[in-house]
Amino acid sequence: MLLALCLFLAGCSSALLDPKGQIGAEQRTLILTAFGLMLIVVIPVIVMTLLFGWRYRRSNSLAKYTPDWAHSNVIEAVVWIVPCAIIAVLALLTWKTSHSLDPHKPLESDVAPIEIQAVALDWKWLFIYPEQGIASVNEVAFPVDTPVRFRVSSGSVMNAFFIPHLGSQIYAMAGMDNDVHLIADEIGSYPGRSTNYSGAGFSGMTFEAKVTNPEDFDAWVETVRAAPQTLTYPEGYEALAEPSESNPVEYFSAISPSLYESILRSFHTGGEHQMGGDHADSHDGENEKTADHAAESGHVTNNHASQDNAMRSHSSSVEVGG
Amino acid sequence: MFGKLTLESIPYHEPIIMVVAAFMAIGGIALFGLITYYRKWGWLWNEWFTSVDHKKLGIMYFIVALVMLLRGFSDAIMMRTQLAMAAGDAAGYLPPEHYDQIFTAHGVIMIFFVAMPMVIGLMNLVVPLQIGARDVAFPFLNNLSFWLFAVSAILVNISLVVGEFAKTGWLAYAPLSGIEFSPGVGVDYWIWALQISGIGTTLTGINFFVTIIKMRTKGMTMFRMPIFTWTSLCANVLIIASFPILTATIALLTLDRYLGMHFFTNDFGGNMMMYVNLIWAWGHPEVYILILPAFGVFSEVIATFARKRLFGYATMVWATISITLLSFVVWLHHFFTMGAGANVNAFFGIMTMIIAIPTGVKVFNWLFTMFRGSLELTSPVLWTLGFIITFTLGGMTGVMLAVPAANFVLHNSLFVIAHFHNVIIGGVVFGMMAGLTYWFPKAFGFTLNEKWGKRSFWCWFIGFYVAFMPLYVLAFFGAVRRMQSYANPEWQPWMILAWVGAVIIMLGIVCTIIQFWVSIRDRKQNADVTGDPWNGRTLEWSTSSPAPFYNFARLPEVGDIDSFWSQKQRSEEQLEEAPYTDIHMPRNTVAGPVISFFALVIGFALVWHIWWLAGVGAVGVFISFMARVFNDDIDYYVPAAEVERIEREHQQRVEAQA
Repeated sequence: MLLALCLFLAGCSSALLDPKGQIGAEQRTLILTAFGLMLIVVIPVIVMTLLFGWRYRRSNSLAKYTPDWAHSNVIEAVVWIVPCAIIAVLALLTWKTSHSLDPHKPLESDVAPIEIQAVALDWKWLFIYPEQGIASVNEVAFPVDTPVRFRVSSGSVMNAFFIPHLGSQIYAMAGMDNDVHLIADEIGSYPGRSTNYSGAGFSGMTFEAKVTNPEDFDAWVETVRAAPQTLTYPEGYEALAEPSESNPVEYFSAISPSLYESILRSFHTGGEHQMGGDHADSHDGENEKTADHAAESGHVTNNHASQDNAMRSHSSSVEVGG
Repeated sequence: MFGKLTLESIPYHEPIIMVVAAFMAIGGIALFGLITYYRKWGWLWNEWFTSVDHKKLGIMYFIVALVMLLRGFSDAIMMRTQLAMAAGDAAGYLPPEHYDQIFTAHGVIMIFFVAMPMVIGLMNLVVPLQIGARDVAFPFLNNLSFWLFAVSAILVNISLVVGEFAKTGWLAYAPLSGIEFSPGVGVDYWIWALQISGIGTTLTGINFFVTIIKMRTKGMTMFRMPIFTWTSLCANVLIIASFPILTATIALLTLDRYLGMHFFTNDFGGNMMMYVNLIWAWGHPEVYILILPAFGVFSEVIATFARKRLFGYATMVWATISITLLSFVVWLHHFFTMGAGANVNAFFGIMTMIIAIPTGVKVFNWLFTMFRGSLELTSPVLWTLGFIITFTLGGMTGVMLAVPAANFVLHNSLFVIAHFHNVIIGGVVFGMMAGLTYWFPKAFGFTLNEKWGKRSFWCWFIGFYVAFMPLYVLAFFGAVRRMQSYANPEWQPWMILAWVGAVIIMLGIVCTIIQFWVSIRDRKQNADVTGDPWNGRTLEWSTSSPAPFYNFARLPEVGDIDSFWSQKQRSEEQLEEAPYTDIHMPRNTVAGPVISFFALVIGFALVWHIWWLAGVGAVGVFISFMARVFNDDIDYYVPAAEVERIEREHQQRVEAQA
């Protein structure tokens, strides 16, 4: 059964075993390596189970029977050392790959990275392109061989952002600015979805990731820019955030500045309910911290420079819950 | 008057639920009628419901667990049927609203109301006998624990026909389980069912911990305890240490839902990540609470049927202890994708893998127990061999999930589903089936039918692989858990194959039911009067079957591991027997069922915001508890003459048989 499974997997083109990007490819190698390493123990165990079970069955009078034999230093040593050795190798591998495949780590590339902000809503994905000033729902496009930094958050419950062909998923949580760096090395269209159950419309919370050449990406951006709809904050966003199932693809030709940050910040409300000028400062402080943090970890993005202004102009319109 | 409860709360427009409810009602009425017809209510109440006898409580735990297994399995087969149908544009027959309740109920029921009571039931039946005790340390608490668990099971079943169950997944992740996103009563049913049964479980943990520490018979040092007792001890340590975390976490969620607080909400400083951390800080030890006693069962079974001492007893104990400790430092591996830094992820990944070392050592110890043994291939042994193979594979996929960078693509996929069914079915279910078959004669005085037991094993074993291997494959296509439908029609053949597997498992359950039927029918032929049908090694086999209510007429003395075995080897038992003495025993109590009934009233009232009824329940609990506290007539002595009479009757039965 297991063998059939391996053969099948090896010979077949599935999302995880036929990845379309560097992260996914490294993860495939990692999975197969870990699998192979553990077979060193697993196969002997299965063989021994069947062999001992058969050979030492009661009806077999030829087999040796030593009812009081219950200890052997040699066997004890072997059964401790072998698993220890394998786990040591795996631990080393784990340490290395946890760092090399850290989702927050920017990818090395000659091509300048682009940033796309993904916001999980009930039950659809909003993709914001801060540099281009556009947004889309349930469809995301980006050029091939270009590192993409997905900043991931949620306007609702917890979700997880995942494009299986490209690798790593990451949780989308309200008020949290998570991120995952991905890259695609083959043009194509790959299914993406939320993997973390989020309610009734969860099954339809899928999107299409279009990996294009740079020209087609520009063309896609132009198509979006030509769309009649725009996405304002908070009115337009709130309308979009209303629960909907299997939402069709939508394009927004323009967005309120710092839309993503506004969504994030809408959850950072404290105990005070009225919004005044004083609050703008405190929010800015918080915002600077985020920006600093981002800079520290090496992901400076174009829109951060203009963020403070945008934030200030928008803070009065942030809706405070309660 | 009735809070949120109205006639509209009964889902009479849902045909599936109504049919199920009708069957439950018919079954319930039939059972009620039969008991009334045969005038068995008094017997049930006096001999069983109010009993503090650990053996009877163990049996009752198992009966409830097996009934709930049918409920949990119905959920499973409904889900598999839905997924076998709902490919491409097809929507299947279960709308998300219903499907989401089913997968939540399946998880909750299988863990809390099937696996837990089986494990606790087996501990009840076996541990006091194995350590040579007459009962547990706190017999009344034991009865109360059972009833708190039983009324929680009732509460979960009420949710089927009055209102709804949670639509959140079995761990009710916030903020989805908060009042904003789950305004219905489903999560409240989840909260109160788990809180009430959680109190019962915590009490059980304390009870058995004290029992094992304080009530071992003369000569039984810690390192002479049978392995099942050792694994039970560790499981109870885990219960004591982890269940308060669950209680506190759910209490915080309750404050969020009932009093508008913001522990885990999206806004006002609530933090859903805290919920996820807390729930898994309980959740990971929980899986070891289930699996450690199963390890104990396999150790007993394999040594007994191989007629050989367990290989590496001390290693086995230390491996169990290290698993117990390590289980508290791995919880983060359930959410590597939350976004923690590389160092944190790597730490928890490596800690998780380290657990594989003692576990692997245990597997080798079982193998070397078989080595040069004389293995009788009975159904408990088949379950054990099936376990070793299946669990090893499940352990392997578990370690793959423990590599954070691999987890980033496997998390939340069907790989996770396949993995934990791989270890829970292959480990806990197989273990409980082995334990059930192995200790059944000790509980009832006759053995279970082997033929149907083996058929059940083969159905479960094959059914498991057919049902869950496709899920491993589907994960590599990008299929995730908790989907009600999927767009990619290429997945459908695998889903249908998984459905076939579930049907094969169903045949296994049917075989078990037939096994009970046939065994009870043939109980005369299968009777075991010696008390030692398997040529056992530990103390529970030294007393008669079914064991007398006082367990041992004379408390045994122990000189080594496998003391009963070595006693039989020496077979010099014709020494002068000490005279029988009076035996101090606890009285039955109505307090357990009464307190628990009022706890059920509180739970139901709080679910529906019927505050006055909750008040009535609280007063009821308080008064019945006080009545128990001030009751001094809680114990009695069995006179030596009575003991002698019972023992002599047993002796005569044995001689008649011989």
